Amino acid sequence: MTDTVDKAPAPVPPEQIKAIPVRHYGRWVAGAVVIGILVLIGIAFSNAKINYNIIPDYLTDDLILDGVWHTLYISVLSMLLGLVLGVILAVMRMSSNPVTSTVAWLYIWFFRGTPVLVQLLLWYNIALVFPILNLGFYKDEMNQVMTPFLAALLGLGLNEAAYMSEIVRAGIQSVDLGQTEASHALGMTQGKTLRRVVLPQAMRVIVPPSGNEFINMLKTSSLAYAVQFNELIKRAQDVSSTSLAVVEMYFVASIWYLILTSVFSVGQYYLERRYARGSSRDLPPTPLQRLRKNLRLFGSFSRPEVPR
Amino acid sequence: MVRAEGVHKSFGLAHVLKGIDLEVNPREVFCLIGPSGSGKSTFLRCINHLEKISAGRLYVDGSLVGYRQSGDKLYELKEREVAAQRRDIGMVFQRFNLFPHMTALENVTEAPIQVKGETKAVARERARQLLDRVGLSDKVDQYPAQLSGGQQQRVAIARALAMEPKLMLFDEPTSALDPELVGEVLDVMRDLAEDGMTMIVVTHEMGFAREVGDSLVFMDDGVVVESGHPREVLANPQHDRTKSFLSKVL
Repeated sequence: MTDTVDKAPAPVPPEQIKAIPVRHYGRWVAGAVVIGILVLIGIAFSNAKINYNIIPDYLTDDLILDGVWHTLYISVLSMLLGLVLGVILAVMRMSSNPVTSTVAWLYIWFFRGTPVLVQLLLWYNIALVFPILNLGFYKDEMNQVMTPFLAALLGLGLNEAAYMSEIVRAGIQSVDLGQTEASHALGMTQGKTLRRVVLPQAMRVIVPPSGNEFINMLKTSSLAYAVQFNELIKRAQDVSSTSLAVVEMYFVASIWYLILTSVFSVGQYYLERRYARGSSRDLPPTPLQRLRKNLRLFGSFSRPEVPR
Repeated sequence: MVRAEGVHKSFGLAHVLKGIDLEVNPREVFCLIGPSGSGKSTFLRCINHLEKISAGRLYVDGSLVGYRQSGDKLYELKEREVAAQRRDIGMVFQRFNLFPHMTALENVTEAPIQVKGETKAVARERARQLLDRVGLSDKVDQYPAQLSGGQQQRVAIARALAMEPKLMLFDEPTSALDPELVGEVLDVMRDLAEDGMTMIVVTHEMGFAREVGDSLVFMDDGVVVESGHPREVLANPQHDRTKSFLSKVL
């Protein structure tokens, strides 16, 4: 039977197959259930006692904008502190000096092992144990020194350093040992090797999780409300205490968090792209390049260009 | 140029080099052959202090590698001094070890700019000449990932030459290459030898050793078993161990 089929010549290209597709009833049911649940949630929220109309107005409220600004800069500063300290800790941890590596290990163990909220509160209340700050050249009452800003910066930044140091260490260790040898063989010192050869390559591994850490930081900074720092959540609560629109203000805050994290996700994409140089033959196109290419294809009905 | 006197090297309990004595003269192409694990690569890495020797003395250009002798005491050299010693010794690795985040040109200019303090313009000009010399003038702006193995190894040779070394070390430079790409790298090395570069080459390319080499050493199990002129050793090995090795690779 198959013989006749095999021997039959096929001068015309076979016509397109028109078969009855397999019915995926399960998918239909699952899709319907999910849509049903979404609709129910939507109905619930539209009937809820939420005054949606005031949300757009409060998005640009002065107090809220002030909170956004505080959230933004405490996140950036804490992240910077975490990054700098993290690199130092990573180098300490990998050094052959047993004292520095043990101290780095203990630091990471403590700051990663206790809740950030506790660390924030400890810094804020440090005046209870050290009423006077005496640095020799500088002396003042601790209450004057430990402002909400400083407590937030130390609490968030020192905690972040513990995480960043592990990320940096993983990045440095991911670089092939041959790179260090080649650099040494050219007469480059340890420091130059680290700066010019190892770190640029480690960045490819360090950047993605660091972006993650930063986006986490934007949100974790909300805990600083506990030390009276005027970040977004604190400000949202301040507003709601007068406007009595409690949930609406949390919505406003959430929208701002979403905007901030979205903006920084885009930044992260470009940063990753920059450090991908040399790791693959071609860099992935930026969203803008992708858009332009699609527009070009759309504009001309000729065949798409073969990408180089 | 290089003198080894009773060089020993141990990694923990593994005794890899068991007393190496040899001498490499200036302008000589010195080939090291032997089975894997015989210690030839380790010895090569000792010459620019990528490995510390455990006993014996190793001199490059008359000065001790990695140490300073004062009276009968040896002082370890500081990191900066070791780096300075390495400037004059170029090394080419089996796995190229090009810097992947830099273009071919940047790979070649990196050390002259960073170590010698050359200006960018000068370093770039020389790097172009060197890349031209290894036949890669059209690959100047490519990243290593965009080059074939043979091209990468030629960039690596140009990178080492950019420091104007007195001595070049080659650690199995063609072992990671496809057979058809071996020739282009050997051609560059042959060129270099004709220009009078002192070269120590760990290799499995017996043809190269025979044609280009001035002396050849057969190592096994951490000792020099046999040495002499490549053509004589390869054609008429004296030791049983050399005979059995050559019968397998020739």
